[in-house]
Amino acid sequence: MLPQSFWGRILFLLNEYGTSLIKGAGVTMVIAIVCTFFGCIIGFGVGIVQTIPLDRKKQPFHWFLLRAVQLLLSAYVEIFRGTPMMVQAMFIFYGAAALFNINMSMWTAALFIVSINTGAYMAESVRGGILSIDAGQTEGAKAIGMTHFQTMLYIILPQALRNIMPQIGNNLIINIKDTCVLSVIGTVELYYTTRGIAGTYYTYFEAFTITMVIYFILTFCCSRILRMLENRMDGPVNYELVMQDPLVAGTGTYRFNEKKHQQFNDQNIDTREGGR
Amino acid sequence: MEPIIQINHLSKAFGSHVVLKDIDFAVNKGDVTCIIGASGSGKSTLLRCINLLETPTSGEILFHGQNILDRGTNPSKYRAKVGMVFQSFNLFHNMSVLENCMIGMTKVLHKDPEEARQIAMHYLEKVGMAPYINAKPRQLSGGQKQRVAIARALAMEPEVLLFDEPTSALDPQMVGEVLSIIRDLAKEGLTMMIVTHEMAFAHAVSSHVVFMADGVICEEGTAEQIFEHPQNSRTQEFLSRFSR
Repeated sequence: MLPQSFWGRILFLLNEYGTSLIKGAGVTMVIAIVCTFFGCIIGFGVGIVQTIPLDRKKQPFHWFLLRAVQLLLSAYVEIFRGTPMMVQAMFIFYGAAALFNINMSMWTAALFIVSINTGAYMAESVRGGILSIDAGQTEGAKAIGMTHFQTMLYIILPQALRNIMPQIGNNLIINIKDTCVLSVIGTVELYYTTRGIAGTYYTYFEAFTITMVIYFILTFCCSRILRMLENRMDGPVNYELVMQDPLVAGTGTYRFNEKKHQQFNDQNIDTREGGR
Repeated sequence: MEPIIQINHLSKAFGSHVVLKDIDFAVNKGDVTCIIGASGSGKSTLLRCINLLETPTSGEILFHGQNILDRGTNPSKYRAKVGMVFQSFNLFHNMSVLENCMIGMTKVLHKDPEEARQIAMHYLEKVGMAPYINAKPRQLSGGQKQRVAIARALAMEPEVLLFDEPTSALDPQMVGEVLSIIRDLAKEGLTMMIVTHEMAFAHAVSSHVVFMADGVICEEGTAEQIFEHPQNSRTQEFLSRFSR
């Protein structure tokens, strides 16, 4: 009953198990996207706390409290980065049941484990992203009277977010692939589904060929979409030069091409100086 | 008349390296004070101390008689009244020219966005950058960036404006456009402190000149006193390098 040729068997599997494979891929994608999102939130939270500047002499109590929190967060980052996610999954899933009598559902456990894992990695990326922003940006913001919180919110974090977009993409792709370790706690994602299919007809090579292709399509599409998002964040290469009354819409706006900008700039066209 | 800023016995050390030693001087309303001196003499550090970007080791800075180094003072509120223009412009890269000028007014002074926009446009016109409101800082030349930075500082309508070597990072051809704006501001009576290496400019624009060397004020006086009849031998030596 099983077709003789390799391609035949692949078509047979697709025909028979197409829906469950799509379902598995769907579960994989939902876990990956949701967990990357929550991971980013955790990462931003931890990264922001880790970079709060406090003067020990001026605010000794606040400083002490902050250091204690920072120490705890560092421990979190080190522990979750330093142990395999598969082991963490077992530890948390069975540990919660054994120690605290909490029976996590498969979904809760999966989302929780991947999120805090991503958060641990993102925390370091965010910290690096914040530290990579030129100190002049902070000084410029302080010089117009912004508080540390405002400086972070309006100046540093938007720039840091842009700089760590490749890292976020990296984490999303890692998450798509690494959700397969959740099969150890019974999450029916793409890998778990495939193993079931492969076992039924003993068609390991064929089943995993299909899954390999599905994983690649998922990650490739995600990386392209993220690249597009990055380009959109950079804004337009060109800008409108407003020559006359800027308060009246539509008067004297010119399309301004950045490629010609340099040449234009040399002439130093400037309304006030009359093109001096 | 009470000075806007009065500095008493100000010292600053980075570890064991003493950069400022026992600085005393006052800035009155309408003064244009130029701080001159060799590189490493502590000019920029002094300016950064006045804006609290550096914390002085000892001494006091009185702003309208209030010591801003007291624990109770809020540095952000103080900085909103004392503007600063940097050597490296420090425009916000994630915002357009207009947004750069508006953000302080909307978020720090809590002005209505439409009002902030009009004030920003007023100052951008003043520095000749109104046509570029939609541009991002990375699309501008150095001189243009510095003019936007001046408009951003002016839009906060500060009582004192500090300039930290505003033309040092610019090509010679762009220095003129920035200096002419500062000159116009001086004519309008804005209180300014300018750290500069442009001696002819300092001579022309300032009502008060401070010469610094090795972290101390060697000599201060009117532009005429310092540039034409310097008394201190170090001032004479420093200025002789510029006149040929």
